[in-house]
Amino acid sequence: MKDIIEQYIRKEMFPHIWCPGCGNGIVLGALIRAIHSLNWKKDEIAMVSGIGCSSRITGYVDFNTMNTTHGRALAFATGIKMANPELKVIAVMGDGDCTAIGGNHFIHTARRNIDITAIIINNMIYGMTGGQYSPMTPTGKYGSTAPYGNIDQNFDISALAASAGASYVARSSIFNVNQSIKLMKNALLKKGFSVVEMISDCPISYGKMNQLRTPVKMLEWIKSTMVPRKSWEKLSDEEKKDKMPTGEFLDINIPEYTEKYQQICAIAQQEGGRNE
Amino acid sequence: MSDEKQNIKILQGNEACVEGALLAGVRFFAGYPITPASEIAEGMARRLPKINGKFMQMEDEIASMAAIIGASLTGLKAMTASSGPGICLKQENIGFAAISEIPCVIVNAQRGGPSTGLPTKPSQGDVMQARWGTHGDHPMIALAPSDVSEILEMSVKAVNFSEKYRTPVMLLLDEVIAHMREKVTIPSIEDLEIIDRKKPSGTKEEFLPFKADEDMVPPMADFGSGYRYHVTGLVHNEKGYPTSEAKEVDQFLRRLTNKVELNKRDIIIKDEYSLDDASIAIVAYGSVARAAQRTVKLARKKGIKAGLLKLITLWPFDDDLINRLADQVDLMIVPEMNLGQMVREVQRAAEGKCRVIPYGRIDGDLINPVEILEKIEEEMSQ
Repeated sequence: MKDIIEQYIRKEMFPHIWCPGCGNGIVLGALIRAIHSLNWKKDEIAMVSGIGCSSRITGYVDFNTMNTTHGRALAFATGIKMANPELKVIAVMGDGDCTAIGGNHFIHTARRNIDITAIIINNMIYGMTGGQYSPMTPTGKYGSTAPYGNIDQNFDISALAASAGASYVARSSIFNVNQSIKLMKNALLKKGFSVVEMISDCPISYGKMNQLRTPVKMLEWIKSTMVPRKSWEKLSDEEKKDKMPTGEFLDINIPEYTEKYQQICAIAQQEGGRNE
Repeated sequence: MSDEKQNIKILQGNEACVEGALLAGVRFFAGYPITPASEIAEGMARRLPKINGKFMQMEDEIASMAAIIGASLTGLKAMTASSGPGICLKQENIGFAAISEIPCVIVNAQRGGPSTGLPTKPSQGDVMQARWGTHGDHPMIALAPSDVSEILEMSVKAVNFSEKYRTPVMLLLDEVIAHMREKVTIPSIEDLEIIDRKKPSGTKEEFLPFKADEDMVPPMADFGSGYRYHVTGLVHNEKGYPTSEAKEVDQFLRRLTNKVELNKRDIIIKDEYSLDDASIAIVAYGSVARAAQRTVKLARKKGIKAGLLKLITLWPFDDDLINRLADQVDLMIVPEMNLGQMVREVQRAAEGKCRVIPYGRIDGDLINPVEILEKIEEEMSQ
């Protein structure tokens, strides 16, 4: 397994910046294994990220990589994909990056159903800046800017992506590595906008403020919280409160954006279009 | 060339911008609706699909700027267009394009500001924003045409400069020239100089994506071409990897600014009217320069030795030119549709060698030739 990882990383960029116990490396490992299983060429992959700890991922992998501005990964990725649909475009974002400052780009990228795979690393906090609460911090939990408890409701990323128009939506966690690889592979293969939400940890920011101070405690919390979707559906509303379903939530085939644009080009070139 | 072979059209300024951009090779446009720039997006939406180019209306101005940068990275020449409120939103990613050296063109059809301001009235209130709108020291090229033909010509130049210097270029229109219609002779592609970015030629293994050539500009590889590299908005070394090592940071940031500042002679575009024997110089740009040209004629009829220096390249600023002119004339007047922005640059460059007087108008109406003349006469009588 180590050999597979080494084929894809930029060794000169190591050591990485992530803290001991961080889940980002597990997500990266799973993503590399998913890509490797597809036999994709490194040259044909463009990986785009925003800002935050998780967005440093693009620096560590030997693809065409781009570490952009906060929240904007999907907008840059859209430009890349639209300009060159031959490229396989993957966007990696954190929860604050994707759902707060990048929330508009997220729903509109889903709405267009452009063939991009979004991997969202959800550690429920802004880690890099020191533990401020994010749109994914559960109500009642603590952050450095929620010292008396978070009163915001949090998003359900998967439900948001599905309702906004994505083709494929799944959730897994850093505890469910084999499942993660499988779901990421499905997402990468999907023609259309695909989303894999990865529940991750941040022991030094989220954990410290929420009685989950060590990586092991955080993993145990993830393990006890994640429930396969089918089992989750059988739970009572009361039981569902502290659980989160994993697995595939959406897998549909709908027209993809760059293919639809090709049809527009054909119309413009044949008929001249309505306005001519 | 016979008349029937000439491609003569009556075009709106924004339409001329589309023509110029397409001639220069723009094949990707992303935008968001805004007055008075929307006709550029509408023109691109009609034209680009016909030539297998890509048009996108994005969810907002920020995304439009991001999308053109992403597209440019795959090798397409890319453009966006907006006006004040939208240009404010684009600033974050204009900075990204500057630091990551990704060619792109931003058209700003200026309207009155601040904020929603005067959406349907012209302004030149964004010329300092064009230079310093995004944070940090960065290079900037900004061109300000003053009529419809010149919009076409400068659209080509803007794309060329962005490609040559791997940097965002701002094309500054204003509501009047953006919406005005004039006769334009559309040049044929053979008559134009079209510049494409330099591509790397060495081995893929030894490729240093941000190692500059002697002209201070690194060759640029397309994403997907086999030269794999990392692009980041962090300060980076020649390999493209983030660095905070003082020497590398200093070298990189100085090169970034110098690749434009030290190539100034190539980038400066200007026009002069009746300046040879002038003792009074009007320094103007954009639609105001048209009025100022008329002012010169009116002044000469009255025996006043006035001339016009029309600045087309606003950034980088031509200090030397102003300084030499300050040796020659007694008075410079800088009419502009703001409360005095470029006049400060002129004053700075003139180094006190002559009087430099602002003439600003911000009521949404054009500056007319007579009022500039009256200002000159008022100053002469003092």
